[in-house]
Amino acid sequence: MIYRIISIAAFLIFAPLVGGLLSGLDRKISARMQGRIGPSIFQPFYDVRKLFSKQFIVVNPAQVFLIMSFLFTIIFTGCMFFGGNDVLLCFFLLSTGATFLIFAACITNSPYSNLGASRELLQMMCYEPAVLLACIGFYLATGSFNVSDIIQADMPAIVKTPGFFIAFVFILTIKLRKSPFDLSTSHHPHQELVKGITTDMGAKTLGLFEVAEWYEHVFLMGFVGLFFINKNPWSYLVAVIAVLATYFLEILIDNTSARVKWQVMLKSAWGVTLLVAGVNLIILMVV
Amino acid sequence: MGIVKRSPWLLHYDGSSCNGCDIEVLACLTPVYDAERFGIINTGDPMQADIFLITGGINTQNQAVVKQLYDQMPSPKVVVAVGVCACTGGVFKECYNIIGGADTTIPVDIYVPGCAARPQAIIDGIIKAVALFQERADEQEANQKGQKTENAALNEAGKETGNGN
Ligand code: SF4
Repeated sequence: MIYRIISIAAFLIFAPLVGGLLSGLDRKISARMQGRIGPSIFQPFYDVRKLFSKQFIVVNPAQVFLIMSFLFTIIFTGCMFFGGNDVLLCFFLLSTGATFLIFAACITNSPYSNLGASRELLQMMCYEPAVLLACIGFYLATGSFNVSDIIQADMPAIVKTPGFFIAFVFILTIKLRKSPFDLSTSHHPHQELVKGITTDMGAKTLGLFEVAEWYEHVFLMGFVGLFFINKNPWSYLVAVIAVLATYFLEILIDNTSARVKWQVMLKSAWGVTLLVAGVNLIILMVV
Repeated sequence: MGIVKRSPWLLHYDGSSCNGCDIEVLACLTPVYDAERFGIINTGDPMQADIFLITGGINTQNQAVVKQLYDQMPSPKVVVAVGVCACTGGVFKECYNIIGGADTTIPVDIYVPGCAARPQAIIDGIIKAVALFQERADEQEANQKGQKTENAALNEAGKETGNGN
């Protein structure tokens, strides 16, 4: 019990720091890949600090409430996960959070924002199957949906679930809003939708959105790490290395690909999910 | 509070220009000049921008657009006019449709001369704008604090006389 409380507290306090640093690292590495010097790795913190000191222009009063709800559901998701609860429940909560975000983008009058919201819905449709299958993969490999049981398994889940892992990393590109699947909003400026779902968010609301993203990234990376963790303490080190490698891979994909249309995203995401995770599922069920 | 100046986000609008300055602004973001090392992001969204970078002059058609973009930016904000077109109207000054430089429509803080303005000059202008941005942010923060203490004092006074809220 006490471990759960400690890890939840650690998540609440350190997730924004780790998330912010990860995204700063992302910008630095991206810049180096493009032959630029790039901003400092603390840049995301400077950005958010500035966003909170800007004048707050209200586009729709409900927007702040919805973004707050988005932030709190994401934080709650992370707490559930790091508290050792059910992974399925975590992802249901995460989807609820995403719905709040979609509403926040829908209620403004900006056509860019609305279009971004409908694309975000499409993205959800693309990544949900792989996410659900990954949870099922954990169940088949370890006999439980609970994080606290999964980390006590005899061998890491990845041994039995490589297919689920590949599918999850594939859709992680969508979740992290990386090119080629950054359809609804992009970290890179000047896309065809201006800023997509965040077009009508400025100042405080955008700051809250960024913080929510940090929490979400830490949660997702934690889920990646879960594939490698078992009761051997060294597996935690392996998990950290695997998480960093996965993050680097996502940055590499981001910098070497161009945005695709939603049809391609849907086909490739479902294709990979069905093929890799599906085959893995059949093998686990039959053997 | 020297932190705000580390994160200036730009909004770039190209008015009635020959596109020369427009291209030079984009050149600032390339690996050679890399404006992002100062934390600069070239966002296309006025709601999220701090510095309004305008190239090209104002004509009768884009005047309303420029005005609206400026109004949509949350304060504190700074306007930089890049190139002689944006400063005064430049080579197009005498044209029948040109009203003049950017300052005919919105208050311009920094003028970057040149035809076309060189990337070095543009980055120099942005750095000046960033200093001004910090100054205004500090001012705004001080004002807000001042207002809060004023309100608190008023409330106190109201309570004492017994007719406050
Ligand atoms: S200042 Fe010169 S280069 Fe720049 S937009 Fe005007 S005419 Fe073109």
